[in-house]
Amino acid sequence: MPETISILNAAAIQRALTRIAHEIAERNDESREVVLIGIPKVGDVLAQRLSVVLAQIWQHPVPVGILDVTMHRDDLDQLMAPHVHPTVIPFDVTGKTVVLVDDVLFSGRTTRAAMDALNDFGRPRRIQLAVLVDRGHRELPIKADFVGKNVPTAFKEGIRVRLQEDGAAADEVILNRP
Amino acid sequence: MSWNRKHLLDIESLSAEEILTVLDTARAFKAVGERAIKKVPALRGKTVVNLFVEPSTRTRISFELAEQRLSADIINFSAEASSFKKGETLKDTARNLEALNADFIVIRHSASGAPHFLSRVVNASIINAGDGAHEHPTQALLDTFTIREKKGRIAGLNVTILGDILYSRVARSDIWALTKLGAKVTLCGPSTLVPKTFEQMGCRVTHDIADAIREADIINLLRIQHERQRKTMFPGIGEYTTLFGLNKARLALCKPDALIMHPGPINRGVEIDSDIADSGRSVILEQVTNGLAVRMAALFLLNGGKGPQEIAP
Repeated sequence: MPETISILNAAAIQRALTRIAHEIAERNDESREVVLIGIPKVGDVLAQRLSVVLAQIWQHPVPVGILDVTMHRDDLDQLMAPHVHPTVIPFDVTGKTVVLVDDVLFSGRTTRAAMDALNDFGRPRRIQLAVLVDRGHRELPIKADFVGKNVPTAFKEGIRVRLQEDGAAADEVILNRP
Repeated sequence: MSWNRKHLLDIESLSAEEILTVLDTARAFKAVGERAIKKVPALRGKTVVNLFVEPSTRTRISFELAEQRLSADIINFSAEASSFKKGETLKDTARNLEALNADFIVIRHSASGAPHFLSRVVNASIINAGDGAHEHPTQALLDTFTIREKKGRIAGLNVTILGDILYSRVARSDIWALTKLGAKVTLCGPSTLVPKTFEQMGCRVTHDIADAIREADIINLLRIQHERQRKTMFPGIGEYTTLFGLNKARLALCKPDALIMHPGPINRGVEIDSDIADSGRSVILEQVTNGLAVRMAALFLLNGGKGPQEIAP
C-alpha cells in the first residue's frame, strides 16, 4: 500500500541549510572566490537560501546562478518532453570555486550532467557539491561534499522536496513508498 | 508540458498545449544561442538527414545549424545532386536512408503530403520543412514564438496575413497555429489569391488593405510565390504593389506598435517598402534567429519518449 512519510519539516530544512552554509564557509577560506550554482527546479531555490546565510557569515554578497542540465542528460531519448529551464549565470565561473546545489543526490547522473554543462561556461578552479538529501543508489563515482541529511531508501521509493518558493504551503521533504 | 509525438508533420493536428510546449522549450534554446559556446550534446550520436527535394536556402541552413548546435550527425540530400535525378522514388530514397539508421528525416518537398507519406514507410522521426502549398510547421512555430516574445501573449491579438494566401504553406500553418492560440486572424490580398473559402478556417477575409491593417497588432507579409503561380491570378507585380504593398502611407494607418513580419525572402519594393523592412517596426531578422531556436526545440522534443516514462530526480 502506497504511503507518504515526512522526512524533514520546515525547521529541519532550514537547520540543515544553515549547517551546510557553515561547512561551506569552513572549507573555503577565500570567500570572495565562492559562487553558488543551483540546479532547477529545487536546487536553484536552495542555492538562493544558502547565499543568504553565507552572506551573513562572510559579510558580503555571494553570487548565485541557475544551471539547467537537461540538454546534457544521458537519458534524453528515454524521457518524454523533458522540461528545459532557463540557465542564468550572471558571472564568469573561470577560476572560481563553484558549489553546485541540488535537492536530492540519487544516481549521480544529474551531477555529471551539471559538471558537463558547466564546462560550456568556463573553467572553475574547483567544483563542490551540496545536496539537501543523499538517498544513495549511486551509478557513477560521485560524492557530495555537503549533505543535509542521509536517507537510506529503496530504489523504487521517491523523494520530493517541496518549498514555499515553488508554491508549497510549507517547506517539506517527503518520501513516497509505492 | 505536453508532448508525445514522433513526427512534426503539420500544425493542424497539434493542440494549443503542444504548440506552447514547443514555444516554451524554444525559449531555453534561444538562450543557448546567446552563450559563448553555442552547442549542447542533446542529440549526440543521432543522425539527421536533410532531404530537400525542393530547393531551399534559409530553411535548410536554419535546420542544419540547429542540428549542429544539438551535436547531431548530418547528411544533406538535395534534389539537384541526388538519385532523384536518376529516377529513384521518394519511397526508395527514404528506405535507403533508413538502411543507414537515420534517426530523423527533415523533408522539404513540392508535393503536399510527402512528409505524411514518408512517416508511414520509414521508422525515423519526420519533420516537415514545407510540403507544397500545404504546411510549413516550423515557420508557424517561429512566427508564434516571435509574436509571443514581442507582445507577451497571442490570445486576443489581431494578426493580419497579407499577400498570396492561396499558394502559401506558411499562411496555412500560421492560420492553424494562431487560431488555436486564440488570435484573431485577418487575411488580405487579391481576391484570386485570398478566396472567401478561408473563412472556414476561422479567419476574416477582406480585399481592402486599409481595413485589414488598421486594427492589426501584427502584419505578416507573404511573398508572391511566382514559382507556384499561373500568370492569370493577377495582372502584374506593379498593380499588386499599388493595391497591397506596405508603404509609408499605409503604415501611417496602422497602430503605432504594430509589428511587421515576413517569412523571407523579401521582395523589396514589391510587398514591402525597403525603408519599412529595415525599420524598427520590422522583426524580420529576429524571426530568423527565433527559427533556429524553434527548430532546435522541435528536434529535441521529437528525440524523447523512447524509454519507460519515469523521471529520475
